Order: sequence, then C-alpha cells, then structure tokens
Amino acid sequence: MAETTHGIGGLKYDKSKRSWPNELNIFFALIIIVLIFEALGQLLPYMNGQSMLFDFNTRRDGTILNIARIKIIILQVSIIGIIALGVTQVIISGGIDLSSGPLVGATAMIVMSFAQTELVNGNPNPKAVFGEWAFDLPVIVPLIVGLMFGALIGGINGTLIALTRIPPFIATLGMFLICRGIAQWWTKGQPVSFPTESYAFIGKGMMPVVWFLMLAFVFHFVLKYTVYGKHTYAIGSNEDAARMSGINIKRHKILVYMIASMLAAFAAIVLSSKNLTAQSGMGPFYELYAIAMAVIGGVSLMGGRGSIIGTVLGAMVFGVIQSGFTYVKLDAFYQLMAMGVIIIAAVVLDQWRQQRAALRS
Amino acid sequence: MATATRCAAILKGLIMTDDIVLKTEDLTKHYGGVHALDGANFELKTGEHVAIMGDNGAGKSTFVRQITGVEQRTRGRMWLYGDEVNFAGPLDAREAGIETVFQTLALADDLDVPDNLFLGREKTKLNWLGPFRILDYKAMREDTMAGLEKTGVKIPNIRNTIANMSGGQRQCVAIARTATFHSRLTIMDEPTAALGVQETAQVENIVRTLKEAGEPLILISHNMRQVMDLVDRIVVFRRGRIVANLKKEETDHQDVVAYITGAKTGADYEGAQ
Repeated sequence: MAETTHGIGGLKYDKSKRSWPNELNIFFALIIIVLIFEALGQLLPYMNGQSMLFDFNTRRDGTILNIARIKIIILQVSIIGIIALGVTQVIISGGIDLSSGPLVGATAMIVMSFAQTELVNGNPNPKAVFGEWAFDLPVIVPLIVGLMFGALIGGINGTLIALTRIPPFIATLGMFLICRGIAQWWTKGQPVSFPTESYAFIGKGMMPVVWFLMLAFVFHFVLKYTVYGKHTYAIGSNEDAARMSGINIKRHKILVYMIASMLAAFAAIVLSSKNLTAQSGMGPFYELYAIAMAVIGGVSLMGGRGSIIGTVLGAMVFGVIQSGFTYVKLDAFYQLMAMGVIIIAAVVLDQWRQQRAALRS
Repeated sequence: MATATRCAAILKGLIMTDDIVLKTEDLTKHYGGVHALDGANFELKTGEHVAIMGDNGAGKSTFVRQITGVEQRTRGRMWLYGDEVNFAGPLDAREAGIETVFQTLALADDLDVPDNLFLGREKTKLNWLGPFRILDYKAMREDTMAGLEKTGVKIPNIRNTIANMSGGQRQCVAIARTATFHSRLTIMDEPTAALGVQETAQVENIVRTLKEAGEPLILISHNMRQVMDLVDRIVVFRRGRIVANLKKEETDHQDVVAYITGAKTGADYEGAQ
C-alpha cells in the first residue's frame, strides 16, 4: 500500500458492496403477507381450501394466477397511490402534506363542473353547475383547470412553509380545512355529475392503474436522476448543509409542494372520472392513507430517506391487506386494526434497522 | 478608453502584487450592537498556510463567514488574486475558488460521497430541462475518485451514505470536496475538533499533502501543537480584532498564548485592546 494514502480500507466504487436496499425488505414483507393470507385460505374451515392469488379450477387458458383479484388489488390502491407519489416527495424533503385528501374533493368538484355534458339521455343535465358555455368542453379544459388548481393550492402551501417558516403540519392542516370548505361551497353541497364521454375515459376500467404506474415510473426517474430529486433528498437530509451548498431552499420547497398537490389534483380527476360524479366529501382519509403507503414503503418522516419504488410496494401492501381481509371474509373493522398495526410495525422495524446500521459503522 | 484601462491595470498591479491570494481591508461585521469583527486587515500569499487562532468569540468564525459569503459584511473590502470581490452568497465564493470545510460539516447524511461533493453544483446533462436536468453520475464519480486520490483520502466505498461513516471519514469527505474543484483557496474551520487521535493524524496528513501541492490554506484551530506543526504563519484574533501576525519560526507556544489571552499585543496593532 502506498504511503501517500491515509485511513483504513481502499478507495473504490463498488456497486456490489452497496447496503441492502430497503425496498427488498418491503418486497419480502409483501410476500410474507400474501403467504399469510394463502395459509389462512387453506386453514380456515369455511374457506374450503380456496387460494388468494391462484385459481386452479376454473381456468381453461392455462394461467393459474387469479388475474381478476390481482387487477382489483392494484386498481383499488392506484388512485391513493398517485397521491402517495407526491406525498413521498414532500416527506423526503422533510415536510408533510395533510391537505391532499380534501384537495381531491375540492378539485373533483371544480373539474367536474367543466366536464359536464349538455344532454343526459336526451334530457337537459339535471346537475348543471354553469350555463350553456360550460357544456361539452374538450377534455383538455377540465384537465388544465384541475392541474392549475392543484398547482395553486400547492404553491400556497409551499410559499407559506418556505417564507413564513411555519411547520408544514400547520400550513397543510389549515389548507385541509380550506379545501374542505371550498369543496362544499362550490355547489353548496350538491354533487356534480354526468361528465362527457372523453372525460369519463380518463378513469375508465384499468386506466387508474395505467396512470399510477406511468407516473410512478416518471417520478422514480425524476427523484433518482435529476437535480430536483437530488436536492429534495439533500434538503430533507440536512437543510443547513443544503443552504450552505447554495441550493435555493425556498424555491425548491415551493416546487415540491406544487408537484405534490398537482398529483393529488390529478388523482381527483381520475377518481371523479371513474365514479362519473364528484362529491365534496370525496377522498376521506386519503391524505392519511397516502402518508401510510409512503411510510410502509420505507419513507422516513425525518426526511432524506425513501423512494418511489418503496411507496409503490407500500401501496401494494395496502392493497393486499384490504383485498386479503375481504378474501378471508373478515369485516372492515378488523382490516383497519390490522392496517394500524402494520403502519406502526413498519416504522418500528425501520428504526431498529437504522440503529443496527449505525452501530455497525 | 484603452489607455484608461491600462492605467487602471498598472495601478492595480502596484497596489496588489500577484503572489497575494487573499487580502482584506477593514473587514468589519456588526450583529446589531455586537462588534463581532472589527477592521480586519489580512493577507495570504501563494502557497502559504496560515493559522487563525483566538479564544471563543474572538471573531475567527465570523471572519470566515464574511470571506466565504455566508454572511454579508458590514464594512470593508476584499480581494482574491488581485480582483476585488463581493460575494452575494456561498455559491459565489465557491465559484470564485474559495472552498470551505465548515465547523458543522455541511454534509447531507443520507447522500453518498459523490452526491455530497457535488451538492449544489451537480454535473448535469440536458440543462434546458431546468430543475429537472439530468445528473451526470459517471462524470461526478470520476471527479470524486480524482479528488480523493489527490488528497490521499481512503474511503472503503464511496457509494456509502455519510450516515454510515466515522467522524474521520466524514471530515475527509468534507476536505476532499475542496480538492475536487481545483480550489484557489482552502479554508478549514476547526477540522479536527471532534476527532480522535488517529483521525486527527489522518486529517493533518491531508493538510500536508495540500501544502506540498502548493495549495494556499487558512486553518482555524485551537490545537497549538497542530498549528505549530502545519502552518507558516499565525494570525491571532482577540475580541473581534487582529492582535498579532507571527511567523512560526519567530514565535513559540507561550508567546502565542500571551497574544490570545491579551497579555501581549503585536506592535503593529496597538489600537486593539
């Protein structure tokens, strides 16, 4: 070893020596949860040996996977999953966004008003919000209105947090109530329904899954390979260091909250399109479920750690548990209790793993 | 017009000789009524290693914060390699070639070594994408390896996050950052204050490597042995003022302590108390 070097060990870039990725743990947890439900299906007397993911009897086309159930599992988490993609970025940057759920309600109401058809079964639209001019607009109009509204709300969130330095919890809690209020005020509580056919296509069938996976892919790339992503991690990891490195913290935070709210607004578009109606109370607890998906997926509430892949896996855990409880015919309240236990267990395990890693070094 | 420019250049040449890296004149910082730094006149020559010493609150770190653009000075002027400079922020100072190892390491714990080295000035592709421009990981990795080799720092795996590193390794990363960017002036603010004996030796070796390479350095330290070992000149701060400017060969431990505590004041600095 040359004498000009100092310290212990070599100097190398070694991909194989990277620490065990957190995402693998979540993936194994997902498999274990599936196996538990499979075992319950075999063991519980009233299940008659049914399988959760496999289907040995009814298929004639050769596949043994129960495709219908797998589709449903992904479909039921994909809309909250879209919100979770934004929430993930906010949490990685060291913040929190509580306003996403009510934002879904408010955006859905506003967007649906710009997506109504004039005639329903030959009769005038009974739920019309605006006059003649707002009927049968091209689908791009409601899309742009929705995303602009999301950007506005996110921009206000981010500006409040960056400039007044109030805790993100408080800023977005305030926005939570404001958005609920906007959603009810918009039509004085009346639902808005009967969208155009092109608008209804956005959330038709498996379209929510397509949007979710596509956006997940885009933001995985953005977080991992762009300056935006790197600075998001840096700010969440050590805000002072980021400031001293010359990163424009204020501008970046505003951008993060804007993107998160635009994703929530897009989720509202997909949801209202899927349901063909918008109600002010849409998306109850969505903000908390989205945070839960991110947390189960290994996103640290302290900021700086987490990934889109983790959040997608977290969403899958969420979906499997929901679907699994239905499959073993247990009531929804057990489902909520199990979900609570899993969220707590995920964070405890993650902390334990971090401490062990710190002790090793 | 051309004559005027030439005259200005000649005049500048008369005032500033080329071998002066950094010069400050009447550098002053007041925090409200507190005079943290008062009229500091400081000079650093090419290839020179200078230590800044003084008690807590003597103005050492304040001085560093002014010349690195972290804070805006109340009064005074500053030249870097003969050019007058006014930094609006830390990034300006870095672009001008001043690299600083801060007392609080200024590293992001959850990022790995290349990420930290290039934080805030990432190498990128497709720059028209604005904030979404693509990181050039390969180029940053190569420059990181070159920077670490230059300082002689060894880190088992640069893909490790900072959180998984020892205090010494962290400090090495912070110092290697200065070497990666062809800095024209390196400033270290108490680089070994939190380190053990072995790790301190490691950092001191890096400083010696920089000295051999002819890189100018300002070292802030409380460690008398370290200062006597490493630098050419010692500048003593007391109550926000410079009170002594001592060549290492012409001074000793006791002498420096006398200046730090206020028992003595340098002949050129009679105004200071």
